[in-house]
Amino acid sequence: MKNAQKTGEAEHEDLLVRRIMNGTVIDHIDAGEALNVVKILGIAGTTTEALSIATNVMSGQMGKKDIVKLSNRELSKDEVNRIALISPRATINIIRNFKVYQKKGVEIPTLIEGSVRCPNPGCISNTNEPIKSKFAVLPNGLRCLYCDSVITKDLTSHII
Amino acid sequence: MPGGVGTQHIISIGDFDRTEIDKLLDHARQIDQNKYDTFALQGKILAVLFFEPSTRTRMSFESAIARLGGTSISVSSIEACSIAKGETLADTIRVVSGYADAIVIRHPKEGAARLAAEFAHVPVINAGDGAGQHPSQTLLDLYTIRQSMPIDGIDVALVGDLRYGRTAHSLASALSLYGVRLHTISPKGLELPASLATALSENGMEIIEHDDITDVIRQVDVLYVTRIQRERFPDSTSYFNVSSSYRITPELLSTAKAHLIVLHPLPRLDEIDPRVDALPHARYFEQSRNGVPVRMAMLLKVMQ
Repeated sequence: MKNAQKTGEAEHEDLLVRRIMNGTVIDHIDAGEALNVVKILGIAGTTTEALSIATNVMSGQMGKKDIVKLSNRELSKDEVNRIALISPRATINIIRNFKVYQKKGVEIPTLIEGSVRCPNPGCISNTNEPIKSKFAVLPNGLRCLYCDSVITKDLTSHII
Repeated sequence: MPGGVGTQHIISIGDFDRTEIDKLLDHARQIDQNKYDTFALQGKILAVLFFEPSTRTRMSFESAIARLGGTSISVSSIEACSIAKGETLADTIRVVSGYADAIVIRHPKEGAARLAAEFAHVPVINAGDGAGQHPSQTLLDLYTIRQSMPIDGIDVALVGDLRYGRTAHSLASALSLYGVRLHTISPKGLELPASLATALSENGMEIIEHDDITDVIRQVDVLYVTRIQRERFPDSTSYFNVSSSYRITPELLSTAKAHLIVLHPLPRLDEIDPRVDALPHARYFEQSRNGVPVRMAMLLKVMQ
């Protein structure tokens, strides 16, 4: 699907963040969650590419929303699906040559690996063992696949 | 990396459905009646990795493998193995996998057995991980109940430290498969974890909290008593006050149903008056002995 990147409600955001040539635009993030989205993607401190974040942008559908634009990197399905945990209405636009090459929603994954810390200090995943944390996604939270601890609220505080 | 296709592990009682539990308990009963092959595991080696103290679990696993013709090799503490030199459990497990045909592990960290199963090339049996799971204890608890009565629909009281007591957690989960009504009696702060209580309720289990054992003693079929540990209390006086109020005595049992059985994973401290030992209700030593046939059935399940 090839649409122009700039559409209806994006007009206002254009004033805040320039269009990108290639990369990923994560749109319709729940207002205030952009920094958590960046955190859960694990790109906050590691990317060398341009990263633009806009928060509390006016949105026809949502009232207010956040937007994250990441240049020169197309996020994988697994990466973007993590976003569903904190912002299930987010949409992902893969941009190539200033055009939307692909547009998709996020799907709640069944397994979250390596991006959430188990709240149980006695859990083996909180030691120096060569493993990543693993959580099964439940209807009302996450369950640690090592110690069975369940996270039902304040998920973002457990993001690594 | 992990155990390979078809490798069976026993990590949590939650990995079993009702049919699998009943099948294993039936097999344990056959073994208990001496209907087993004493050479079934001849030439097989069981690695017994206990990073926490244990008498019953460890010795009954060693007895179980010996009765089936196999042998065991062991590590008895963190201080006595390479973990004391900074080796990860993952590496220890990978190494030990090369020395044995199955691994039994007890470890202070929750989830340690699941990690071991990820890195082992042989079957792993969880013999207790922190405050987490202890499936072999649960299976022998169920076996002991079943020796006295069908498990379906009975009233079971869990008494003592229900917060940190892993045996109580595992047993409660298993009993939820049998339509059991669960009564809990525990000191303040040591109640069944809310997350577990919620999960059990969602599984259809009726759970009733009581302040006093006398409220429920006439009603229950099984009294499952767990140790209240001194270290959970700020001083010995408060420990003594609490533990004495949860003590099982002949006087308390005088009002119980005739067929009530008293179970305890042992070791006991002051929770059960020694005078109870002589009463027909007392089944905790038999329960402990049942660890051998039940663990033999478990070893046969994963090693044959």
